Amino acid sequence: MSTSLLIVQILNGLQLGVLLFLIAAGLTLVFGVMDFINLAHGVQYMLGAYLAVMFYALTGNFLIALVLALAAALVFGLLLEFTVFRHLYDRDHLEQVIATFGIILFLNQGVKVVWGAAPLNLPIPEIFSGTVVLMQGILYPVWRLVIIGSGLAVGLILYILVSHTRVGMLVRAGATNARIVSALGVDIRRLFMIVFGFGTMLAAFAGVMIAPILSVEPGMGDSVLILAFVVIVIGGIGSMRGAFIAALLIGLVDTLGRSFAIDILRLVMPPSPARTVGPAIASMLIYVLMALVLYFRPAGLFPARGR
Amino acid sequence: MSKLVMTVAAAALVGLAGQAQAQEKLKVGIVTTLSGPPAVLGQQLRNGFQLAVKNMGGKLGGRDVELIVQDDELKPDVAVSKARALVDRDKVDFVVGPIFSNILIAIMKPVTDTGTILISPNAGTSNFAGKDCNANFFVTSYQNDQNHEVMGKYAQDAGMKKVFIMAPNYQAGKDSLAGFKRYFKGEVADEVYVPLGQLDYSAELSRIAASNSDAVFVFLPGGMGVNFVKQFRQAGLADKVKFLSAFTVDESTLPAQQDAALGFFGGANWAPNLDNPQNKKFVADYEKEYNAVPATYAFQAYDAALLIDSALKATKGNTSDKNALRAALKKADFASLRGNFKFNTNNYPIQDFYQVKVVKRADGKFQTEIDKKVFADYTDPHVKECPLK
Repeated sequence: MSTSLLIVQILNGLQLGVLLFLIAAGLTLVFGVMDFINLAHGVQYMLGAYLAVMFYALTGNFLIALVLALAAALVFGLLLEFTVFRHLYDRDHLEQVIATFGIILFLNQGVKVVWGAAPLNLPIPEIFSGTVVLMQGILYPVWRLVIIGSGLAVGLILYILVSHTRVGMLVRAGATNARIVSALGVDIRRLFMIVFGFGTMLAAFAGVMIAPILSVEPGMGDSVLILAFVVIVIGGIGSMRGAFIAALLIGLVDTLGRSFAIDILRLVMPPSPARTVGPAIASMLIYVLMALVLYFRPAGLFPARGR
Repeated sequence: MSKLVMTVAAAALVGLAGQAQAQEKLKVGIVTTLSGPPAVLGQQLRNGFQLAVKNMGGKLGGRDVELIVQDDELKPDVAVSKARALVDRDKVDFVVGPIFSNILIAIMKPVTDTGTILISPNAGTSNFAGKDCNANFFVTSYQNDQNHEVMGKYAQDAGMKKVFIMAPNYQAGKDSLAGFKRYFKGEVADEVYVPLGQLDYSAELSRIAASNSDAVFVFLPGGMGVNFVKQFRQAGLADKVKFLSAFTVDESTLPAQQDAALGFFGGANWAPNLDNPQNKKFVADYEKEYNAVPATYAFQAYDAALLIDSALKATKGNTSDKNALRAALKKADFASLRGNFKFNTNNYPIQDFYQVKVVKRADGKFQTEIDKKVFADYTDPHVKECPLK
């Protein structure tokens, strides 16, 4: 286990963490502010990737495709809010879960009808397609650094928006106690819509950024959705800061666990069982982490106050 | 008025019944995966079979064909109930499918216990090749270990010293790496099992780079392979480490992998450019009909249809004498798209295997092409345990 390998794996963990943050940020806002469980959030991530592939095919320019995909995802998200989600805010969580799960099935099938079942491809923009030499003999793809950079930038923008603007103040107030905010004369429905649209765009942004690395295929949002829920539960529902820290934590624990579990186990047991037990333990780690956090801090690491 | 309608309807019914007696349709049930990300493989299977039936004028062995396609949803319990329905309710003469081995194991008994013939155009597990072999079960693809053995043999013959091997953490993944190691005797840098469905391989790629291996061998079917191939190329490893694989770069995944997979190797029993007239026609027809390059799943399903056609011609369309039907199937008296093909005593194929390489065609599409023959008339190692003669 060399230092250079460790550094590369930490970067990989950061990249996964940043991606999870982009998805979890929208989810925690919607869940925290609106008390609305939106399982369809992962589908919006998938949709972002598909839209980017489509617009890239039309324009041949990644940046234009990114902007158009975000705009289209926003429009589609607001359409969903208007037609379906709006009617669910006052229902209980079980009904929200069932309805939004229905949206998952519907949209997963929908993209298959529109774009086909075969995985699609979005190329990396030319200028970011190379690799950089981190240190002697260790190459690292530039695009993964771009993902880390853009994710951190989005995190900074969110911090400024939430902590230093009027809308951000209302969002924080809404996460603490939506009823009182409404009683004070704020149009809570409009606030919900802004929050929802913003969350949709963040998920779509994550989808577009990851599309050059992963295959764009139906159901690609389902696996990240579970991780995103783990992130917001660990971070504290409704807390942006919690989502950020928890996302990086999950990214690092998962990546480092996967790459070093076997090596660590080899120190205490023979190689063959270590090889069998290692992957099993590695894929459990984040859930063990979640259980531990919930045991010691049932409301998550950074609970939104007043809950 | 109503009397008139009744009379006409009755007459029509009688007419229909008479017609049905005159020419009863051959019923073929297809069990394949049509939902979820692996649907692209299942569609190739279905398309391949349908194309064969179409090319033979909607008939197999001179009888009109009724195809009943069922989606197994990649769930063994769903597959069992649908396979039962095909056999008990629809009374099909043949069941063709599935793609995945766990589905095959699930539907084997429900289908073959009734005397219905099951033809697998893809999955070929070791148990059914060996001690659990079955007279009503025929395989037009391969035995699961073989494509991995091709790559192991290739790595060994090419004198590679150190290979990093990786597969998903489930039975087929373990069989894959065992198959590779059966022929590769050099150093295994590391043997890694990833969770089934893993998307990001950054952690594993860093280990591959740090291991200084000559080559990497992976078995990552479907979306996993798309992701791994792209990330492998992006990590700058493609120029340093040879890429060997099975079911990872093929025509079902190449539309998404594109340039990232160029020059990568796989082990296979066929490639679209295999040089014989029937294969040339098949590839051209398939591309025209479905606007996609066929993969092994499609060609093996096409061969399954040719196999049924040849057997029914021998029995003059009769499917009720099962002994005669099985004997006719076993002869494999048809021009397989892969050329050289016959059945072993366990009803698994004896065939050639190739090392294939990803190329970009003049029209911009991607396909695998045959690089060199690795095994000739290759049989699986499990046939010794099969009691069938």
